[in-house]
Amino acid sequence: MSQAPGVTIETTTGPSPSMVLNMGPQHPSTHGVLRVVLELDGEIVMKADPVIGYLHTGIEKSCESKTYTQAITLTDRIDYLAPLSNNLGYCLAAEKLLGLEVPKRAQYIRVLLTELTRITSHLVWLGTHAIDLGAMSVFLYSFREREEIMKIYEFVSGQRMMTSYFRIGGLALEPPTGWLDKVQRVMDSLPAHIDEYEDLLTGNRIWMARTKGVGMMTAAQAIALGASGPLLRASGVPYDIRKAFPYSSYDEFDFNVQTQTAGDCFARYQVRVAEIRESIKIVKQAMEKIPSEGPFRAEMPGIIPPSREEMKTSIEGLIYHFKIWTEGFAPPAGEVYQAIESPRGELGVFMASDGSPKPYRVHFRTPSFVNLQTLRTLCEGSLIADVVACIGTTDIVLGEVDR
Amino acid sequence: MRKLQEWDARSVAEVIESRGETTVVIGRDDLLKVAGYLATEPSLKFSFLSDIATVDRFPMEPRFEVNYQLLSMDLPARLRLKVKLSGSDPVIPSVFGIWPTADWHERENFDLFGIRFEGHPNLRRIVMPDEWEGHPLRKDYPTEGYR
Repeated sequence: MSQAPGVTIETTTGPSPSMVLNMGPQHPSTHGVLRVVLELDGEIVMKADPVIGYLHTGIEKSCESKTYTQAITLTDRIDYLAPLSNNLGYCLAAEKLLGLEVPKRAQYIRVLLTELTRITSHLVWLGTHAIDLGAMSVFLYSFREREEIMKIYEFVSGQRMMTSYFRIGGLALEPPTGWLDKVQRVMDSLPAHIDEYEDLLTGNRIWMARTKGVGMMTAAQAIALGASGPLLRASGVPYDIRKAFPYSSYDEFDFNVQTQTAGDCFARYQVRVAEIRESIKIVKQAMEKIPSEGPFRAEMPGIIPPSREEMKTSIEGLIYHFKIWTEGFAPPAGEVYQAIESPRGELGVFMASDGSPKPYRVHFRTPSFVNLQTLRTLCEGSLIADVVACIGTTDIVLGEVDR
Repeated sequence: MRKLQEWDARSVAEVIESRGETTVVIGRDDLLKVAGYLATEPSLKFSFLSDIATVDRFPMEPRFEVNYQLLSMDLPARLRLKVKLSGSDPVIPSVFGIWPTADWHERENFDLFGIRFEGHPNLRRIVMPDEWEGHPLRKDYPTEGYR
């Protein structure tokens, strides 16, 4: 492991002298700007204390001064590896507040795109985790496949990363003609690529030595620490919000919740790779389900913008169009909590409305923030080099940790 | 919910059923008792604390509402506990002993709202710098900050 720049070393006197080592915030294996204060006894980690906040941008505060629609663009930037999952969580919360029913076609398209997001997010995780542990080539391959899916995002929404494609009530735009053919092509080639990664890693002795038995966490610890997503499932808890509290018609899809019981880094690797395969299954089902025609957003005068046609031909349509885009819409007062299964775990959106066109309070319960708390448990008693593996398998996105 | 009322109806100040979600309003002094019951009662087992989110109702009183999102994986069910706090005395017992995940959630709410969680082992700022003044998510804190 290379030494972080600006290492500060303090020694304490006592029966067993320990050393405090500062890792990060400018360290490539911390996946952003995470600082970990390590207390070491030789090369053994006695205590690992994550220090966060370097990327805090006050997104929750900014949401309070924007209309409900404007705030969607901020949600992209929370977890920049899974923007569509964040869009979905936010939109579902606002729709719950409004009591809005989204057309089936939009729901299926949302499912398809969020599953693609899960695939891209897991691919980035796989690549970066592998490069942390010294397997360079997997990174190059997984980013190659990720780019193909990013091209689909760009084709559909106009943006590779900050998509803002889901809107309250449905989608921003009608998806372009021929987009499903592109999805089909990527889905046809992807399973073979996943096999390639597994050939490189699963049976690899170095990979196993670096991940098996490293970063252990039991199911009871995971639940107590609030871990969710693959981190929880790799410890043997078959909890997936898509099954437990289905949203956006997930109950109509046939897929399995992937679990492992070992609770180590290797188990988390296995869960995530298996989830990519499950997501491909869901995407294929969604492609069959999506009707070629039909509304892509709900109808609710005064809340959902009228179609272009209606805006130009009817007086009510014009008034609503003007009002929605100048002052927004005001959901009735109340509070909701909507959770979705993002690639990293439970992404919860707590939204409070006071009956004005701006959200009174939006709180994002982000999976990275909570999952990062487990780092202490994962690292204790392991070697310094394993800290890198542990940070990698928690799959944190610092933008999401700090918001 | 019914179980909770059967167990101790006095601690439940109000029950709000809205948009398919259940919110139980309880008093500050009952928090630890109710939380401990919900987390351990075998037929409920709200053993997973999803989130703690505060809402600032400034200038109304009681000013702060602390919302605990509980999850029972066995049922499965969600439940929201709500505790109202006055602006002059935003102190609440820490649930760290019941759900260790509350550690960072409580630090976050302390940092951004200035709510003091009594009994928390390490109540420091978490996302803002240690020397920061004020609590940014309070409604009387300007969005662009103090200049």
